[in-house]
Amino acid sequence: MLSGIRRYLIRKTFVYVLTFFSAVTIDWLIPRLMPGNPISIMMSRFASLPEASKYMYSYFMESFGLDKPLWVQYINFWKAVLHGDLGISTYMYPKPVADIIKDALPYDIAILLPAITLSWIVGNWLGAIAGKNKKLDSFLMPVFYFLTASPYFWFAIVLAYILGAKLDLLPISGAYSYGIMPSLSLEFIVDFLKHWILPFLSLFLVMLGGWAIGMRNMIIYEVEADYVRYLEALGASEKTLMKHAFRNAILPQVTGLALQLGTMVAGALTTEIVFSYPGIGYILMQGILNQDYFLIQGCFLVIVISVLVANFIIDLLYAVIDPRVRFSFTEGE
Amino acid sequence: MRRILGLLLAVLIVSSLGGFAGYAQAEELPRNETLYVGGGLWSPPTNFNPLNPSPVTGTVGLLYETLFTYDPLKDQLKPWLAEEGKWINDNTYEVKLREDLKWQDGKPLTAEDVKFTFEIARKHKGVFFSNIWSWLKEVKVVDDRTVDFVFSDPHYTEWNYWLYMIPIIPKHIWEKIDNPVDYANNENPVGSGMYKLYKTDQMRCIWVRNDNWWGIKYFGKPAPKYIVYVIVYSNNVALTMLVKGDLDWSNFFIPGVPDVKSKYKIVTWYDKPPYHLSANLALLFLNDNKTPFNNPDFRRAIAYAINPKEIAQRASQNQVLPADPSGLLPLPSHQKIKAEDLIKKYGWSYDPEKANEILDKLGYKDVNGDGFREYPDGKPMRFTIIVPYGWTDWMEMARIISDQLAAVGIRVDPKFPDFGKYWDDITKGTFDMAINNFGSFISITPWTFYNWILDPNVAPTGEPTYGGNWGRYKNPEVAELLTEIARTKTLEEAKPLYRKLQEIWLKEVPYIPLIYNGAWYEASPAHWTNWPSEKNPYAYPITWHNYWQLGGALVLLKIKPVTAGGGATTPAKTTESAKGSTTPSPTSKDKGLCGPAALVALSLVPIVLYRRRR
Repeated sequence: MLSGIRRYLIRKTFVYVLTFFSAVTIDWLIPRLMPGNPISIMMSRFASLPEASKYMYSYFMESFGLDKPLWVQYINFWKAVLHGDLGISTYMYPKPVADIIKDALPYDIAILLPAITLSWIVGNWLGAIAGKNKKLDSFLMPVFYFLTASPYFWFAIVLAYILGAKLDLLPISGAYSYGIMPSLSLEFIVDFLKHWILPFLSLFLVMLGGWAIGMRNMIIYEVEADYVRYLEALGASEKTLMKHAFRNAILPQVTGLALQLGTMVAGALTTEIVFSYPGIGYILMQGILNQDYFLIQGCFLVIVISVLVANFIIDLLYAVIDPRVRFSFTEGE
Repeated sequence: MRRILGLLLAVLIVSSLGGFAGYAQAEELPRNETLYVGGGLWSPPTNFNPLNPSPVTGTVGLLYETLFTYDPLKDQLKPWLAEEGKWINDNTYEVKLREDLKWQDGKPLTAEDVKFTFEIARKHKGVFFSNIWSWLKEVKVVDDRTVDFVFSDPHYTEWNYWLYMIPIIPKHIWEKIDNPVDYANNENPVGSGMYKLYKTDQMRCIWVRNDNWWGIKYFGKPAPKYIVYVIVYSNNVALTMLVKGDLDWSNFFIPGVPDVKSKYKIVTWYDKPPYHLSANLALLFLNDNKTPFNNPDFRRAIAYAINPKEIAQRASQNQVLPADPSGLLPLPSHQKIKAEDLIKKYGWSYDPEKANEILDKLGYKDVNGDGFREYPDGKPMRFTIIVPYGWTDWMEMARIISDQLAAVGIRVDPKFPDFGKYWDDITKGTFDMAINNFGSFISITPWTFYNWILDPNVAPTGEPTYGGNWGRYKNPEVAELLTEIARTKTLEEAKPLYRKLQEIWLKEVPYIPLIYNGAWYEASPAHWTNWPSEKNPYAYPITWHNYWQLGGALVLLKIKPVTAGGGATTPAKTTESAKGSTTPSPTSKDKGLCGPAALVALSLVPIVLYRRRR
């Protein structure tokens, strides 16, 4: 069995390295295929005399190494990446890309990690209930469909309008009050949580619908499966039936969760915009609009890595939670 | 297992709450001493380098200062760091600095610092004013307070512009920095200005008053102790904050302002349309290199077909003024040179009949009867007009223009590419029609406007150009006039040249002025008063980068808090209640904690119950 797993791991690792290499290469190439160039756009944000812009254009082209042929840029890029250097952003010049990500990402994680995991837990739970209870199902399904079909920004705006503007219960902009200094005081934490609720809720509820529908469908499918029928015929309790159905139904949901967690580092763009909440999503979008090669590269590098890591963890996890996968390694021996 | 986990969690929460309670109270900026501003900051603040093209707004004006400031309302160059400046001979400009200037670290600001600021631009081409050295010869320190600028080819007119644009930096700090161009300067930057950088984070930039500012004895003390410059991504949020009194001074374009202005007593410059002063000119650019736009008569026909009034009304809710054919801004520096008689003689106004007449005469007729004109040789004629995606007011302008031109039989499709593509198309001159305004900002001399829009050093089509002559209009006479104007000493000397320029502009119609974009300004009277307006026009109220020295800084010197002084008991109470929901005051602390906690607890109940039952 061990050698089976080792072979499996070696094969997987090889695939992952290959995927990483090509994904990062594509992320490097695509922005460069877009018309326009980052330095020119950088100049556009600076209203000055034509003569002055001309001087700066050539200076920045050279200092960012964009005057070199593409293949040289490509080699330099890998050299820098392997040294842990993601370069300097043109959009947020002269801030290093690594610092931009480091400063913005915690806000996304603070919103997205709880939203994804809690919605996954609650969604699976509600979906499972709906799957086995017809009466509840007919009531819950429309709610799930409503939630999952709502665009994030629309739902966010509705929440902000009702809870923020009309009822004036919760603040609608920023991660904390504009007049408070971050500190480890109770006051600040409460303030932070107040600002956190609406963006969290807007993501949590929309995601919830999707998870619940997925789970409900899987449960209905599993409950009809032969093994459940067999158990039923044996006179097993409903609890045992559901336990086995649930275990099978949860597998695709685990994959979904891991992928969601992997793409978490791309931020929650619409939520960030609606609530003026800090995070990487808005910055990445601006980076793309400003053709900030370095910021785009850096962000996607992090996204690629985290998606791959998440996938790798699922692969390992599957061997644990799905006996069939485990069995397939030992089968040949 | 689950029970143990739950217990652990509970212990953790309780102990951490206890721990936090032991800490000091959160630092909260006192509302009656804090000014909340927005509209000029669109990404987390990172760059406070005044030598850079686009540092965080306030870097120049609050932190670093210029020798002079410029007041666009009175069209005056006013001494700031300088006490006076004058030409002592044909190619030497002498600046006398004020007495007792000092940096925020207490060191004196001297002529050496001024010299150093210019020298750094000579060495480093990435500094935004380094091109000056193609006509500046040397900077001489005469004594501690006197500097002479010796020019090889003095551009008298252009020099006035740079006098209020170049921030002076401290030599004793910047001489130690290897590459001053990509230095972010975000850790305790030392300037000479009325504010110091206090703190930055992902959503704001906070400035704190420099109580040892050299200027207090000349200008008085700015009223707000703190300035919180906020990042807000959406106009709706900005409007909500403004009406709630959470945002004191807004430089956003906010579509709903005319509707809510009177209800919430929001201050704008004018009480009636257009509400705002003008800041720059948006034009319709035509690609003068392409047929049929290379024909001035065709361009004139388009000018006749366009109705700027309708554009101002439909695209911008009348928050802007329609432009007249000269395109000169309704501010004194431009109005001084405007030749009304030439506009009457060679100008145009909305008249589709006239447009039809010209087009018919040129031979562009609708041959196949589809409602649109064809080229004289019968080929179909179809153009696009480009505007960056997401710039909603401009997108609406493009649609209106498309409609207006359709009415005279010219088919124009509005297209909204991403900004990068748009910028690529206009800088390389591969577009048909486009809307743009980037370099048409108000300045001390209309020369900057003409030099931008008619830039004679334009690159050939396909290569990026840097001025605003996107359509590559070429005219050797214009090139000559522009070089001459840059070198005129007085306005009187320049006036006949400007007349010639305007005559060419009106006769040739290189581009078509549409609207005067506003200097968006909305202020809330909830916490600060004495805001500038038409009735109290003491300053141009804009806080964008490079506008502080045009008036933004003066506003800080003149506004007054609604509740005077900190500490006093009665005013403190009113601020407390006025704080609204965004800042939890100590009294509402318990309630604030219980609300969300109760919510979380309630939502947990069903989960717990369900688990039990199982």
